[in-house]
Amino acid sequence: MKRILSTGVAIAIATVGFAEGMTPDDVVYSEYGEVEASLSGQPGDAAAGLEIMVSRGKGNCIACHQVTALEEYPFHGEVGPSLDGVGEYRTAAELRGIIANAKMTYDGTIMPAFYRTSGFTRPGNAFTGKAAEGELSPLLTAQEIEDVVAYLLTLKD
Amino acid sequence: MKPLFKGGLTAIAILSAFAVHADEEADLIINEEIEMTVRTDAPAHVENLSTIYSGWVFRSTETQALQMDDFENPGMIFVDDAIAAWNTAEGTEGQSCAACHGAPEEMAGVRAVYPKWNDEAEEVRTIAMQVNGCRTEQMGAEEWKYDGNEMLNMEALLASVSRGIPVNVAIDGPVQAMWEKGRDLYYTRFGQLDLSCANCHEDNYGNNIRADHLSQGQINAFPTYRLKNAKLNGVQSRFRGCIRDTRAETYAVGSEEFIALELYVASRGNGLSVEGPSVRN
Ligand code: HEC
Ligand code: HEC
Repeated sequence: MKRILSTGVAIAIATVGFAEGMTPDDVVYSEYGEVEASLSGQPGDAAAGLEIMVSRGKGNCIACHQVTALEEYPFHGEVGPSLDGVGEYRTAAELRGIIANAKMTYDGTIMPAFYRTSGFTRPGNAFTGKAAEGELSPLLTAQEIEDVVAYLLTLKD
Repeated sequence: MKPLFKGGLTAIAILSAFAVHADEEADLIINEEIEMTVRTDAPAHVENLSTIYSGWVFRSTETQALQMDDFENPGMIFVDDAIAAWNTAEGTEGQSCAACHGAPEEMAGVRAVYPKWNDEAEEVRTIAMQVNGCRTEQMGAEEWKYDGNEMLNMEALLASVSRGIPVNVAIDGPVQAMWEKGRDLYYTRFGQLDLSCANCHEDNYGNNIRADHLSQGQINAFPTYRLKNAKLNGVQSRFRGCIRDTRAETYAVGSEEFIALELYVASRGNGLSVEGPSVRN
């Protein structure tokens, strides 16, 4: 009994420790903006990723991107490129880097950084127009980004 | 049940896709009489655009039509309210707007040059500030709330008598410092979404962002009657909304920053017709 309990605690600590290691400021980008390591340490869930892609309160990726596989969800924007086939020609590390902070891949891009919490001008408290209080939360959690990466990898021609 | 629901959504999407389709080639003639310039060469100081467009160009055919006839334009009802206010004496001096300025039509051309420098006050004044200047300095009356109903009604009246006249805002001389401040704000990326006015209205006009068809964010057509909230909307409230949508802390309506931004954005529309009160979605 005692042994099982202590193993449990050890795992719990390890998980917390890992999560702390992956705060937005700690993410390591390659020269080309890729992020090799999973942000959450867990595999992504493509079905959950789909929901995040289309929901306005989450990724709202289709606000800017057209995705043929998501045609049943209105409306798709034209600000970014179509993501059709992106799972074919992009690696998980590239996709993770683009979603976490697209500016590391595309200098000066309009695409928002979904895993970044510092370096903004007049950050607000969500969409209230008021100043943010305390630390910002990233637009998506580490696991939500992994879920979106998993979904994008299903977009093959 | 679920597939049916999704099918329903798709059907709606297809229908609305037709409804939101804009006729970007259309010309605007109001009451078959007033010819509006809705597209023209960009002024030299707008470095990254070659042609400037009124926001009217990007609206759906149905919304466009509402602005072509004053009887269809819901914004014109507020112009009538403002004519009544124009003729009403108020304040300690017992004066009305009409007492100093005559008929509203005498003000034709005024809207086109605001915001502009006021020598006595030594400040850049938006037309709202000038109206309040008249109320407090000439009439001894209370200020109207910035972007409040009375002010927006009066702005609609002042715009309506200038319709068709090209916007011609000065950018140099005493206003230059404010104009530069406005330009800096226009290109500042605000909020957690890290977006500037230019990201949406210069780099992406004509593109859809989700269901919204992006215009150049011109202000020649303010105040605008928006179908979305069924009332007149002021320039600076619109700025506030756009900055809020970047997940940023906005500036206040009437603030120095928004006066500067209004001056700068107005100057980006030099050459387009004064168009207010316009209809938008
Ligand atoms: C405000 C607009 C905007 C939003 C919102 C947005 N993107 Fe993007 N995205 C862009 C643009 C623009 C590019 C192209 C990069 C460039 O040229 O700046 C891009 C590029 C990409 C690429 C690379 C495509 C390729 O051809 O290799 C991927 C993948 C991507 N985005 C995924 C996403 C996902 C997933 C989300 C939501 C979680 C998202 N984007 C949200 C604008 C956006
Ligand atoms: C995330 C995108 C985005 C950003 C950033 C943005 N806007 Fe907008 N803006 C919109 C949308 C969408 C509309 C509604 C459609 C349209 O008229 O373009 C709009 C409308 C407007 C309008 C009304 C135009 C009309 O004809 O009725 C003005 C004016 C405007 N924006 C100015 C600004 C200014 C100034 C800034 C920066 C302080 C700004 N916007 C930042 C998305 C944006």
